[in-house]
Amino acid sequence: MGMEMEMEMGIGVSPVSDQPAAARTEAPLLSVRNLTKHYPITTGLRSKEVGRVRAVDGIDFDVYPGETVGIVGESGCGKSTAASSLIRLEEPTEGTVRFDGEDITQYDQAELKAFRRRVQMIFQDPESSFDPRMSIGEAIAEPLAVQGLSDASRRREIVADLLERVGLAAGDADRYPHELSGGQKQRVGLARALSMNPDMIIADEPVSALDVSIQSEILALMTDLQETFGLSILLISHNLAVIRQICDRVAVMYLGEIVELGTASEVFTNPQHPYTRALLASIPTADPTDRGMGIELTGDVPSPSNPPTGCRFHTRCPELIQPENYEFEQSTWRRVMDLRQKLDQGTVDVDAIREGVVTERESDETPDDVSATETKARLRDEFAIPQSLDDSRAESVLDAALDELVSGNPAAARERLATEFATPCESQSPTLEDTTAGQTASCLRLENELPPTELEQTVRSD
Amino acid sequence: MTMATNRPDNATHPPHTDQTPSTPTTDGSTATNRSTPASITNANARGNKTIMNSNTSAASPARDSTAAESSSDAKPDEVLLTVENLRTVFDTDDGTVHAVDGVDFTVQRGETVCIVGESGSGKTVTSESITQLFKSPPGSIADGSVVFDGIDLASRTEDELTDIRGARISHIFQNPQGALNPVYTVGWQLVEAIQLHRNVDDDAAREDAINLLNRVGIPEASSRLDDYPHELSGGMKQRVMIAMALACQPDLLIADEPTTALDVTIQAQILKLLRELQADSGMSIVFITHDLGVVAEIADRVVVMYAGKVMERGSVYDVFESPSHPYTKALLECLPGHGSLGGIPGSLPDPTAPPTGCRFADRCPYAVAECTVGEQPVFESVGREVQNEGIEHEVSCIHYRSTDDPSVLDQLGSDRSSTPQERPSGQTGGSRDSDTDRDGDGDGDGDGDRGVTRE
Repeated sequence: MGMEMEMEMGIGVSPVSDQPAAARTEAPLLSVRNLTKHYPITTGLRSKEVGRVRAVDGIDFDVYPGETVGIVGESGCGKSTAASSLIRLEEPTEGTVRFDGEDITQYDQAELKAFRRRVQMIFQDPESSFDPRMSIGEAIAEPLAVQGLSDASRRREIVADLLERVGLAAGDADRYPHELSGGQKQRVGLARALSMNPDMIIADEPVSALDVSIQSEILALMTDLQETFGLSILLISHNLAVIRQICDRVAVMYLGEIVELGTASEVFTNPQHPYTRALLASIPTADPTDRGMGIELTGDVPSPSNPPTGCRFHTRCPELIQPENYEFEQSTWRRVMDLRQKLDQGTVDVDAIREGVVTERESDETPDDVSATETKARLRDEFAIPQSLDDSRAESVLDAALDELVSGNPAAARERLATEFATPCESQSPTLEDTTAGQTASCLRLENELPPTELEQTVRSD
Repeated sequence: MTMATNRPDNATHPPHTDQTPSTPTTDGSTATNRSTPASITNANARGNKTIMNSNTSAASPARDSTAAESSSDAKPDEVLLTVENLRTVFDTDDGTVHAVDGVDFTVQRGETVCIVGESGSGKTVTSESITQLFKSPPGSIADGSVVFDGIDLASRTEDELTDIRGARISHIFQNPQGALNPVYTVGWQLVEAIQLHRNVDDDAAREDAINLLNRVGIPEASSRLDDYPHELSGGMKQRVMIAMALACQPDLLIADEPTTALDVTIQAQILKLLRELQADSGMSIVFITHDLGVVAEIADRVVVMYAGKVMERGSVYDVFESPSHPYTKALLECLPGHGSLGGIPGSLPDPTAPPTGCRFADRCPYAVAECTVGEQPVFESVGREVQNEGIEHEVSCIHYRSTDDPSVLDQLGSDRSSTPQERPSGQTGGSRDSDTDRDGDGDGDGDGDRGVTRE
């Protein structure tokens, strides 16, 4: 305890510097293995479990001292849950988290309290992470008091020092959160996190609520502080550009799993997973001559309560592996697969399609008057599938399936497409494996050493 | 396209003989004008590193389709909206807030104008002033005119504005969750929007609603109509909002940060959708955003705002090729991967007591004594031989006066960038500076920036 306290006191005189970004000779500060967080879906008075939201589903990664690791993904991919369950703000369902060699999932309350001195968190919304009735001095000093520093004047000294370190004035300690701008509040958030002299900061979307110019300031401040205090940072963000700017290593998450993990330069210059490529291609570039994104992801992230089988990304993957024996243009194949998935979900509404045809024609016909041929054509339009596929055998399979669908037998259509147009992506789960580019990625295309698709080549590798 | 033909009579435009556009470009050459000057600019102003890149992409299909968009519209050069000297004030306990303080810009038919700036720059209030959506009181338009298709909106009564809102000028907002009513189905709300402005029966309105959902790319529209908002994802909700905004085939769509709450992948889908819809219908879009990346993706014309004033305006190619106002330059440098970390030192001036002179002077690295006296500097044309698409590139900065040499901006700029460049004087100075800046920083990208801040 005494030792810990000394560290806090020495906050102004203990800068660590010249720490290499990722010196792999030392042990990782944080080592996460098979971290899993499931939320049960319950029903009835006795809360019978009827399903699970697999928010985080077995992720592994390390954070080395002085290193910045980014976790990136769309909303709903489980990145924030990963952060909060690895410091046990929420109890993880499974997995081990080793911090400085010790498994924190086995800690009791007292040990956990001590551990939380060493890892601090910053949240996305600076608005709601401060008590509006507490001056910012009190807010920053609160962790000190909680952890046992009872000398108020010492607390005040530390607060003044911290405020100056994050670019505010010592006098600001008496101001209240509503008097500060978003960027200033996020600085206070940093000061509060630093008050414990932590070894590591977990920043959950620290700049998402801020203007670009303020974002830039806060990121610069974080980099500065990291250098001064030798901090490790785990940065959670949906914004690849932010991650790219300050991270040493990046983990790309999709639906509770890490799909690609490597150094920032590897992942950004030579992305190996189709999802990473699609994410990178979605970032708008500040160059009006470079419009139109290379890759478009269709649809939304599937629900983590019922993740897709096989590769979880296969329902949206533009580089989905094609079925054996048939040849498709890659984009057409993706759309045929979209149709298949809709069929499997039972959400293809043939009556709605007929109604659509009638509406467009603006005639007095009823939906029942629409012929099978017209309905089929409309179905293809709806999914942007060409009226005739290049591969005649594939065409006959699709046509037969559409016939079955239109004649009111979706089960047969589903069956036919599932047998004929089967892809390994829907049945086999890829594992994270080393790639030739250096990082690890989990994609069957890489495992089977398939040639790159035309899409992969269009991604700019800048 | 079918939508365009059944446009109701009350929405047809009066003849536009009195709307003589001030820009002298001829109709026929618009398409060619669009792509050529940019490539010339590229060749002239760009560093050798990116020249190949820019030229090839200038000829890419994406650009061609942009060009086709406006030429497919019958009247591309007609001014649809003119905002002149707009001042919007809010009376508060702390004094009068000058949220918008003398803003001018024009929107032509079929064109996308992006208003870009940080929070507090007045961009949202500007967009709300067009149809006076802000609460009044405390808000009011103190001065200026908003002329939409020959009608001065600033002097219209609330009733007259109601007829225009939604029918001829539609809005979409940042948060689709908050803009949809959770207790009604999507179809009910769409039908309501349609019937509010058009005299159609329920069946016809429902058919229109299906068509609209189809147009915005919602699959199986007729079954989605009976869904409640919570059953749709964020991207789908925003599509529904867009469908609602399109219900009466507006001439002008005002989109206030429509993609800010969405993931990048969904943002890309929505931006693409807006471009396609515009190509189909020829509507104009006023797009409010703080994200310059999005601006580059969708804008034809850019208006950069700061503290209630316009700092710079011009075609998207000019503004990105040669950002001229120090504020625009600073904003671009803040973009992740485009400049050094650090932001813009200082903060916005007090909106109740705006400073004299240039609003940005306090935070401007190039400010001289003269910058802090008098009014916001008058617009100076950024000297260029070729104007992209006939859109004037203007900047409110004293360094661009004909008696001044804007290369002072270059000098400082080159000090900051690592690659010293020969400074040509005169016209192309501004553009060269920014390009070397961006190239210099671009080279360093992630690693370079880190090196600077870390060591």
